[in-house]
Amino acid sequence: MSAQGMLSVIEPDGGINGHDPKMSNEALLHCYRTMLRVRAFDDVCLKLQRAGRIGFSIPNKGVEATQVGAASALEKTDWIFPSYRDFGMALYHGISPVDMMHNMYGNAADSAKGRQMPVHFSFTEPIKFFSISSPIGTHIIQAVGAAYAIQRRKEPHVVLASFGDGGTSSLGFHSGLNFAAVWKSPVVFLCQNNQWAISCPSSQQTASESYAIKAKAYGMPGVKVDGNDLLAVRRAVGEAVERARKGGGPTLIEAFTFRMGGHSTSDDPTRYVPKELLLEWERKDPVANFERFLAKKKLWDPAAREKIAAESFAEIDAAAKVAEATPRPGIETIFSDVYRDVPQHIRRQGQAAFDLARRKGDAAAGDGAFPL
Amino acid sequence: MANLTLIQAVNDGLKTAMRADPSVLVFGEDVGPKGGVFLATEGLTKEFGAGRCFDTPLSEDGIVGAAIGMAVNGLRPVCEIQFQDFIFPAFDQIVSEAAKLRYRSGGQYTAPMVIRTPYGGGIRGGLYHSQSGEAYFCHTPGLKVVIPSTPYDAKGLLLASIADPDPVLFLEPKALYRTVKGEVPEGQYTVDLSTLRTAREGKSVTVFCYGAMVPVCLKAADQAAEKGIECLVVDLRTLLPLDEEGVLEAAKQTGRVVVVHEAPRFCGFGGEISAIIAENAIEYMEAPIARVTGFDTPFPNTLEHHYMPDDRRVLDAIEHVWNY
Ligand SMILES: Cc1ncc(C[n+]2csc(CCOP(=O)(O)OP(=O)(O)O)c2C)c(N)n1
Ligand SMILES: [Mg+2]
Repeated sequence: MSAQGMLSVIEPDGGINGHDPKMSNEALLHCYRTMLRVRAFDDVCLKLQRAGRIGFSIPNKGVEATQVGAASALEKTDWIFPSYRDFGMALYHGISPVDMMHNMYGNAADSAKGRQMPVHFSFTEPIKFFSISSPIGTHIIQAVGAAYAIQRRKEPHVVLASFGDGGTSSLGFHSGLNFAAVWKSPVVFLCQNNQWAISCPSSQQTASESYAIKAKAYGMPGVKVDGNDLLAVRRAVGEAVERARKGGGPTLIEAFTFRMGGHSTSDDPTRYVPKELLLEWERKDPVANFERFLAKKKLWDPAAREKIAAESFAEIDAAAKVAEATPRPGIETIFSDVYRDVPQHIRRQGQAAFDLARRKGDAAAGDGAFPL
Repeated sequence: MANLTLIQAVNDGLKTAMRADPSVLVFGEDVGPKGGVFLATEGLTKEFGAGRCFDTPLSEDGIVGAAIGMAVNGLRPVCEIQFQDFIFPAFDQIVSEAAKLRYRSGGQYTAPMVIRTPYGGGIRGGLYHSQSGEAYFCHTPGLKVVIPSTPYDAKGLLLASIADPDPVLFLEPKALYRTVKGEVPEGQYTVDLSTLRTAREGKSVTVFCYGAMVPVCLKAADQAAEKGIECLVVDLRTLLPLDEEGVLEAAKQTGRVVVVHEAPRFCGFGGEISAIIAENAIEYMEAPIARVTGFDTPFPNTLEHHYMPDDRRVLDAIEHVWNY
């Protein structure tokens, strides 16, 4: 525990205190590698966006330990209701960078068929990574509904709902925490307090002394952890997951961290983030923090970082190339999946769009008949 | 006169209103120091202080609900919803509250306020940064719905909306924010709500449109002219209350009508225009009314250029009603 009542595990010298979550060396190294893969994903996407190859991305720098530490506490049979800034949760659980890149390009192989903006992932394997919606907070209460189904079937699974400090102001946050506490839902609410909602600082989001303390009023435990300390996040989420599995109900966890990049590739944070604050948080870099711990355990040296970073970059870069070479979705994907069966009026509109594209010599029309 | 983009005209309109009336306030998400995600509110906090242009918590329900309270108590809120796609948490406050307040209180309480929000596609925003939700709101008695398509109108209609005694939803075509430029007078002026604008004269076919579809229809009209079809292009500007007389007059002038909007077709605003003409001027019609609209599907991302009506689709419809 730090002075501010915030759970931390890694000491400044890389040693650890009594809250060690006791992970295997293999798990620790998987976490480390995943953080570097997130960083590589960030770097590659930024380059692609600047080069006009993709339209948009969301930087994760600074929040990797929160994402990866939380994901490490889950089993593949659990559910994640993610936010758009949770690349690390997907990568930790084995979702392939190629599949993620297909979404960044919105191409024909994208699981969402190029309908959504980049970073709006949706996966069912190897873990349920629920389809991301742009409207903030809508998924928080949905996670509670998914957990209700788990309770009803007496399954041992849990649901992780992940959202930002801004998300706590949404209607979904209130409904979600209220319902979950009343129902004793097997849900872990992870508030990633990166201190910004685009340009709005946390001080304008809430007047509570913390986000974690809101749990008290809803009737569930609340824990604030150092979000740049992977072991602390793992410890807190791990305990909450165990409690939820045993029928002990939901927990709200606030991971206190910092968004070191812009909100998105469209945002210029220098307009509003004070420089000194950024410098202060650069010193708390979650990857460097974890490296100090690994080094003390003799699991890490600078050469290891270079090697893993290079491998990660090569892996993500190759994934981007695969996605780039994949064609766009066909016109029929505009009209499919609105309903299970295509109604008459949508079929007519699809046919008309297809005919027009063909008449105008549009490549996307292919040369067959409208396939729906 | 200054030559401004549409977004600069909005910014100028906000400044003009705030300079003229200290009760005008601007608030929403990221409208303060950042100046809005599209920079519509750039410089306002600096000029008017954080008491008059400020950021709120991330809650559209909160933004609109607070605006109603301010409006009933002597302030003139001009709040921003960052994208029209995110307005739905505030649907209750808009539809159940702001729009019905005058009626339910017998005129004792009113909510003169403006909700500004960017709408429409063209920025590769996918399902949730592209929608055109005007029809949901046009189904709401008590609300006014305004959509400019030129910098001149953006400022003049915004100032008229701020001065209006009733709640106004001011939908800004984000695709036009930086792609159209035009002369904008300095200082205060207004463009009357509920009067349409003739964007182009013509005797062959009448094309009704608004917002981001206006330049698309003008482009199609240019192409039609090359084929000898002269289009009367009508920019509706205020959807609710609608300039019905103007609509009928424009329809009767040619007897051939095309209605264009980006929003889905089913129960879209084009249906209302068609019905008004069918009810009041069917004997003038030389051809069935044609609608060119977004499809009855959510808004896609990669293929948005197929989803949004373009000049090819509009021209197709113009030729169809002309050759009928
Ligand atoms: C309902 C809604 N309103 C506004 C937005 C626009 N928006 C996108 S992200 C964002 C800030 C979110 O901040 P936070 O919840 O702290 O998450 P972070 O981006 O910091 O991870 C806003 C306002 C939105 N997506 N949904
Ligand atoms: Mg945040």
